[in-house]
Amino acid sequence: MTRFRICPTTGLKVDPQADALIKANAVVATVALLIGGVSAIMVLLTRWQAVHLLPADWFYRLLTVHGMNMLIFFILFFEMAVLYFAGAVLLNSRVAAPKVGWAAFGLMVAGMGMIEWTMFTGQADVLFTSYVPLRATSWYYLGVILFAVGALVVTVLFFATLAVAKRERTYQGSMPLVTFGAATAAIIAVITLGHGAAIYIPTYLWSLGLMKVDPEVYRMVWWGLGHSSQQINVAAMVSVWYLLGALTVGSVVVNEKISRTAFVLYVLFISMASAHHLLVDPGFSPSWKIWNTSYAMYLAVLASMIHGFTVPAGIEMGQRLRGFTKGMFDWLRRAPWGDPGFSSLIFSIVVFGFVGGITGVTFGTEQINIIAHNTLRVPGHFHATVVSGTAMAFMGVTYYVIPLIFRKRLAFYPLARIQPYLFATGMLIFSVAMTFAGTFGVPRRHWDITFANAPFDLEFSPAVSLVMGIMGLGGILAAVGGGIYILVTVWSVFLGKPLKERTV
Amino acid sequence: MNSGMESPKGIWWKPAHRNEKLWVGIAFAWCMVLFAMMPLWHLRGGQNPSGIRGKVEPQAFMARTQEFIRAYQVGTESGIPVVEPPPGSDIYLMAMMWSWQPVLRLRKGAEYTLHLSSLDLNHGFSLAPVNLNFQVVPGYDYGLRVTPTAAGDFRIICNEFCGIGHHLMLGRVIVLDDQAPGAGAGGGGQ
Repeated sequence: MTRFRICPTTGLKVDPQADALIKANAVVATVALLIGGVSAIMVLLTRWQAVHLLPADWFYRLLTVHGMNMLIFFILFFEMAVLYFAGAVLLNSRVAAPKVGWAAFGLMVAGMGMIEWTMFTGQADVLFTSYVPLRATSWYYLGVILFAVGALVVTVLFFATLAVAKRERTYQGSMPLVTFGAATAAIIAVITLGHGAAIYIPTYLWSLGLMKVDPEVYRMVWWGLGHSSQQINVAAMVSVWYLLGALTVGSVVVNEKISRTAFVLYVLFISMASAHHLLVDPGFSPSWKIWNTSYAMYLAVLASMIHGFTVPAGIEMGQRLRGFTKGMFDWLRRAPWGDPGFSSLIFSIVVFGFVGGITGVTFGTEQINIIAHNTLRVPGHFHATVVSGTAMAFMGVTYYVIPLIFRKRLAFYPLARIQPYLFATGMLIFSVAMTFAGTFGVPRRHWDITFANAPFDLEFSPAVSLVMGIMGLGGILAAVGGGIYILVTVWSVFLGKPLKERTV
Repeated sequence: MNSGMESPKGIWWKPAHRNEKLWVGIAFAWCMVLFAMMPLWHLRGGQNPSGIRGKVEPQAFMARTQEFIRAYQVGTESGIPVVEPPPGSDIYLMAMMWSWQPVLRLRKGAEYTLHLSSLDLNHGFSLAPVNLNFQVVPGYDYGLRVTPTAAGDFRIICNEFCGIGHHLMLGRVIVLDDQAPGAGAGGGGQ
């Protein structure tokens, strides 16, 4: 029988195997964040033309490293931890098969190791998207496949844990909303990894010379993976919003029906709508592009707009239940702004919605895509969604994972309190500056926009130097925030004071 | 009321509060506006990325482009042929690691069908300083109907990563105006 630990704060029964799997995944996620963060600073200081730090080959190499570590390793290892938390911990259940969890963890770490090795040795300078016929060593594609298989196994294990919890009656009624949201993320993960298998297995065989891969078909199927993986992030992030609201201010679910239906809309509509990456591609008809971008109703956008209302509404109701009932905004003014979990939550909602969401939906239009495709507007957009949104929410929840799961006191608490402010402000400046630079046509993924050795000369508007400088400053501010996060979490976990515990 | 961490008690499929219903209504109406805009704009707007689409082998595209260069070449610049095709014709621009060939000299107000393709990897056609961007994919012919609306000296940036020389890949388009010389915004359109 599993010996459970009782969490002294929440009263939940925690399987020590769930604890250990969450810890292991969170630690590797932080390692990836560190590698991705250092490469981010290098890339930033190169694109900031006044500094122009790296030579061309290392710029493209570290840009590949940055993308893979942040968007794949950091995010996915963290999401694996979220799945163990939402599945086993929140349902008071044991992990269905911990050994399988460890095997999957091993596969993911092995895949990550192969990818890091091929990237750092210059055998995979193909950037995050690795558009065929740009070729990396076969080991790179094999690493991606191993990593994806590991992630798929964890997802299946999550579903198995849900089944075990149901059968062993570890909870009553329906599963909590946070678990429901995590389950939608897991379903989207299965769809995503299906696309991943459909594209990376042929590409692996292509790299061995065993088959042909059409470049346009690659782009279409790859974005079935590349875009829907971002929808895993959205669903996981929104689940973390509900979780952080509950942990920080005791927020409530205003209406379970509305929130759950919105999650289901993600599963039904968002995972497929990846055609907006192909709006200015030669291989597709306008009607194919328009239909597959919007599915007639933008119901996935509707889902995010619903969560954007229900999460703050739940926070307000939670605050009012705690006695902050004076006037219209007393609940907001007297919210725990010094709690890094709460401030991260608010910044995540606001920047994701107002900057990330609006820019994203805007370029998802045929004609506007003509002036946005592959310019800096695109990274400007996704740094507002996946960094200021998802990563910010994940950082916020870490400040609760450390005391609740690692059972350590948070080190450098005053620094942790200002961390979300630094990170959010920096990322906001960075994203907006990138977006402005993109409107002048400044390309993304480009080493030298002065075109020093090109056959012709090209000078951008002088405003471009200014906004690129602002982007540099914003990025550095965000990097300081990210650095504080890594310092606080690593120090707390490895050198922090343990908290008391109780077992049954 | 329960938090998102707790199982809801009893039946939770309950009618929503009117504020929530109102918000969902507003959001849904807005999504319908978003959806309607794209096809409407496609029909009513001046610039669309649809063009003429077809498959073409890189070798065949190179042969067509070379024939086009032979027919209309007027000079050479930085080792790249300069061509001046007649208004209304099909014009070819091939992308390769790491150049755009040829240099095009076009007439303001004339309509052309611009064929884009790549001989090797994915490339990105980005017209500067106007900021018009199209994906260039090997094996695919992207025929865009374009009408330059302003005279001037334009550049083509490659904005899709194509290897170590990516940032050197810069092409040129010159738009001539018989009446009045001057630079300004150019334009494309179908």
